Parts: sequence; structure tokens; C-alpha cells
Amino acid sequence: MTPMLTVEDLAISFATRTGRFEAVRGVSFTLGRERLGIVGESGSGKSLTGRAIMGLTPPSADVTARRLAFDGIDLLTAPPAQRRALRGARLSMVLQDPKYSLDPVMSIGRQIVETLRTHERVSRREARERALDMLAAVQIENPARVFDLYPHEVSGGMGQRAMIAMMLIANPELLIADEPTSALDVTVQLEVLGILDRLVTDRGMGLIFISHDLRLVSSFCDRVLVMYAGRVVEEIAAAELAHARHPYTRGLLACVPVPGHDRHPLPVLDRRPEWRL
Amino acid sequence: MTDAVPALSLAGVNVAYDGYRALADVSLNVAAGEAFGLVGESGSGKSTLLRAIAGLAPVTAGTLRVEGETLTGQRRGRAFHARVQMVFQDPYGSLHPRHTIDRQLLEPLAIHGVDATSPRILRALDEVGLGAGFRFRYPHQLSGGQRQRVAIARALILEPAILLLDEPTSALDASVQAEVLNLLEQVRAERGLTYVLVSHDLGVVTHMCDRLAVMHGGRIVEELPADDLVAGRIGTDYTRKLMVASAGFRRGSDGHGHADE
Ligand SMILES: Nc1ncnc2c1ncn2[C@@H]1O[C@H](COP(=O)(O)OP(=O)(O)OP(=O)(O)O)[C@@H](O)[C@H]1O
Ligand SMILES: Nc1ncnc2c1ncn2[C@@H]1O[C@H](COP(=O)(O)OP(=O)(O)OP(=O)(O)O)[C@@H](O)[C@H]1O
Ligand SMILES: [Mg+2]
Ligand SMILES: [Mg+2]
Repeated sequence: MTPMLTVEDLAISFATRTGRFEAVRGVSFTLGRERLGIVGESGSGKSLTGRAIMGLTPPSADVTARRLAFDGIDLLTAPPAQRRALRGARLSMVLQDPKYSLDPVMSIGRQIVETLRTHERVSRREARERALDMLAAVQIENPARVFDLYPHEVSGGMGQRAMIAMMLIANPELLIADEPTSALDVTVQLEVLGILDRLVTDRGMGLIFISHDLRLVSSFCDRVLVMYAGRVVEEIAAAELAHARHPYTRGLLACVPVPGHDRHPLPVLDRRPEWRL
Repeated sequence: MTDAVPALSLAGVNVAYDGYRALADVSLNVAAGEAFGLVGESGSGKSTLLRAIAGLAPVTAGTLRVEGETLTGQRRGRAFHARVQMVFQDPYGSLHPRHTIDRQLLEPLAIHGVDATSPRILRALDEVGLGAGFRFRYPHQLSGGQRQRVAIARALILEPAILLLDEPTSALDASVQAEVLNLLEQVRAERGLTYVLVSHDLGVVTHMCDRLAVMHGGRIVEELPADDLVAGRIGTDYTRKLMVASAGFRRGSDGHGHADE
């Protein structure tokens, strides 16, 4: 079985005033029709890795890889028009800052409708119905009200779900979800994960789930990559996360505040220089 | 409780947007030096409550007091901002996209006439785990968690008495979160700060807060000590559901239905 996505030796760097900054270094993994989690230190390159797969890195970023392929298509040599078409139809990414990524001057509903209409020929009326259904599916309580609101008029969690609704309505084969539930309360979080889970199980979607929430990742994903300083330092079955080997991962687990455990101050990581190598 | 003046006091506060009631008759007292948590479902009005205090939401009824002084209208003067600072849920939106980090931190200092700005900026960055190398970057050149830390540094730099924190660590990995939470606890202990902290992470809320309120549909449905939440001494079904859901994802559970069995 050939994987849907192959990433081999991905590197992303920036020119800065103090020299070249290597944000992602030698990242390799493959993805099938599964839920792959990516966790890691803030600034370790998780979002940039996702953006590189989408072709959404900033112009100042220098992206190289031995191989970056989706369904046999070489993404590094694909012309911009083909990448744009892929992005529209087959690859989607829920960005980390949902409100910033939504168009501030267009209502939530219209943004979802327009996304749908660039993918499918549907009447205006049907598009509206489907957008409302999708908002309801992501547990928006009053879809008709939220449909007409602008991004600055919705709460953090509502914006995040609007963004998820917009990405899902395009029916992607591969979805990269960057902290998709970080603003959601736990009950809604589980509903949204339920939707993503069904898309993977029933429709064979591939999912890259970037999150710092170890509890969620270990209960939801199949496999987890742990990133530190631009590298993958550990790959582990999600259910085994509690038995991680790398000191960063182990330290990470120890830092989580748990109700009922009085630890003041919380343990912090003693970051070793050799972890960066 | 003593009869000391509360740091924050809300009585019958309502907020409405075009007839939509985002806050309905909210009353709340937060004592000076207390850490108070706000939890509740998405859209229940947690951010709106903080924004109402900060003068960023249309209050249609009720009174708000800070350290005994009644706030009127939506204008909040310089004195207010020297006492009360807010960390917004959406750090990207609250940072100026075309200003460097240095300038974002300098501005509050300049407005309030603080000198010796350079060491203060460096210290503020260091406190949130960002080296001097970040000082002259722009927000889009930072990761999500790095932006969040800049927002926290900016709120702390004026040494306010009251901090309104809206999901301050939800964009951070557990290691950086622990550092930021420790920093917040440490400054609270040193300066006797008062916190109102919104978080959907019950681990974070119970770690940081003495008391908390549970919101639902624009109202406060329950107010309880954090210890009671931890021990399961809970008064409403909604709060109980929150506790159960925080245990993690269960495949095939649909996310609901397994709350009561
Ligand atoms: N345009 C840019 N110019 C320079 N450096 C950048 C730029 N964009 C990102 N970086 C740096 O690249 C590194 C990786 O960023 P990335 O956004 O991938 O982190 P992340 O793992 O998603 O972190 P977080 O969990 O905080 O969101 C960070 O240290 C960031 O400061
Ligand atoms: N400017 C606005 N115009 C219209 N409605 C608004 C506006 N601002 C907020 N609301 C509405 O007020 C309600 C409460 O929003 P708020 O941001 O306080 O929720 P929250 O509890 O912080 O949720 P979350 O956990 O998702 O951040 C939402 O239904 C939102 O749509
Ligand atoms: Mg990120
Ligand atoms: Mg909010």
C-alpha cells in the first residue's frame, strides 16, 4: 500500500539578521488513511511543516526536501496552479489562528458557501442549506444567527468551528488540523473530534492533527510524532504516549496540571542542549 | 469573607448585541488578591464578561466596579489601564501586525511615562521564555505560542493590580504552559495580584484558582471553590458533564452519551 503523503527530509529555513534560522530540519514521515498526531514544543516547527505540505509557507521561507509527494504528485515541482487546485479540492488545512485566517469583511456563512461553490456546482439555496447543516454538525447552537455574523462577532471557539466547517465542506482527502480544538470547551471538543474520526473511518480521509493537548492526542490519534527544535525526536503509537522514551516527551507529560494534584510550582523542563542536535 | 472592598464587583450586568443577550444578569465579586476562574461552554459569554470590564462590550444594564470605583460607559482611562490589563484570547488580533515586538512592548510603557524601557522589555521577554532574538521580529514571524507569550509579556510589563486572562495558555505546549503558569503564580504572590482566568482546561483552572464560576448561555449557573470541583461536589448537571468530558476522547462515543452511565 503506497501512502497518501510522503515527506522525506523536509527542511525550512529563514534568513534573519543573525544568520540563517533553521525552523524545520530533516523531518520525514508518511501518512495513510489514519490519524497522525504532531505534538511538540512551542516554536518547534509543527505549523510550518503543515504549511509546507499545503504550499502555504511565507515567501521568505526556503523549503527543501528529498521528496514531498501527495498521491504520487511531486509537490515541490508542481506548478503553482496545480498546487492551488490541490489546495482547493483535495488538501485542506485548519489554521491555528482561525479568526485571523477568516476573511474579516465577509460573513461566516458566505465564506462557507463560497468555499462549497468553488468545489461543487450547487444552487445558492442548496449551498446555504449545506452550510447551515455543517455549522450545526460542528455544534454551533444557532446556525442561522451565526451564518450572518462576521468573524469579529463570534467567540473564539465559534470561529474555530466555523473554520473547521469551511474546511470540511470541501470534502478533502487529506486534512491538516492545526490546534483545531484549542479554544473549545471539552464537551464541544469531543463532538468535533467525533466528526473528524468518522471522516477518517468512514471516508478514508488522512488526518494530521497538530496539538499540544497530550491527553487528546493520546486518546484520539493512531500515531504521534514529537517535535523539538525543528526535528522529529520521537515517533510513538498514540496509546503508548505515557511510556514515551525521549526526555522531552517524558518531561512534557510531567508538566501537565491535573485536577486534584497540588503541585506548586509545576515541574518545568530542564531543556538539554543535546536535544537540539 | 471580610468587608474589604472587592477588586472587582459586577452586579446585574447585561450585554446585548443587536438584541442578542450575550450576558444576562451577571453578578460576581472577586476579592483583592484572589485568583478566580471562569469556565463554561463555547459562546457562553466568558470573553464577553472580561471585555465588559475592559470597556469593550456594550453593557446595557448593571454596574461594574473596580476597587470600589464605578465604571461608567465604555471609556476606560489611563488610570484604569495602569490597574487592569487583559490578555486576549486571540493574540494575533490583539498585536499590531506591522509593529515589531519591541514596539508592542514599548507602547504601554511610553503611554504611562515609564523610563528605562530597554531593560524592562528584555526582562519581560525573558520572563515568558523568549530570548532577546525575538525583540525585533514581527508577529507573523512568530509561532502561535510565541505570539501568545508576547501578549502575556505586554500585559505584565505595566505591573497591573488586576489581570484579566482569556485562555492565556491554550496555545502553548505543556512545558511552556507550566513555565507561564508558574510565572503568573509567582507574580501574584509577589505583588498580590488579582486574576480572573478563563480556561476550558479544568486542570489549569483548578491549579490556578481558588474559586470559579461556571457559565452557560450568558449566565453564571454555579459558583464554587476549586476544591469542590476537584472533589466532585458539584451542583449542576452541566458542570458534571464538563468534568466527565475532560477525561479524553472515546472512540465511537460520538463525544456525548457516555457522560451519564
Ligand atoms: N516568517 C518567519 N520568519 C522567521 N521565523 C519564523 C517565521 N515563521 C515562523 N518562524 C519561526 O519558525 C519556528 C517554527 O514555527 P512554527 O509556527 O512552525 O512553530 P509551532 O511548532 O507551530 O509552534 P506553536 O506551538 O507555538 O504554534 C518558530 O521558532 C518561529 O519563530
Ligand atoms: N460583536 C458581536 N456581535 C454579535 N454577537 C457577538 C459579538 N461579540 C460576541 N457576540 C456573541 O456573544 C456570545 C458570547 O461570546 P463570547 O466570546 O463571550 O463567548 P465565550 O464564552 O468566550 O466562548 P469561547 O469559549 O468560544 O471563546 C456569542 O454567541 C457571540 O456570537
Ligand atoms: Mg503552531
Ligand atoms: Mg472566549
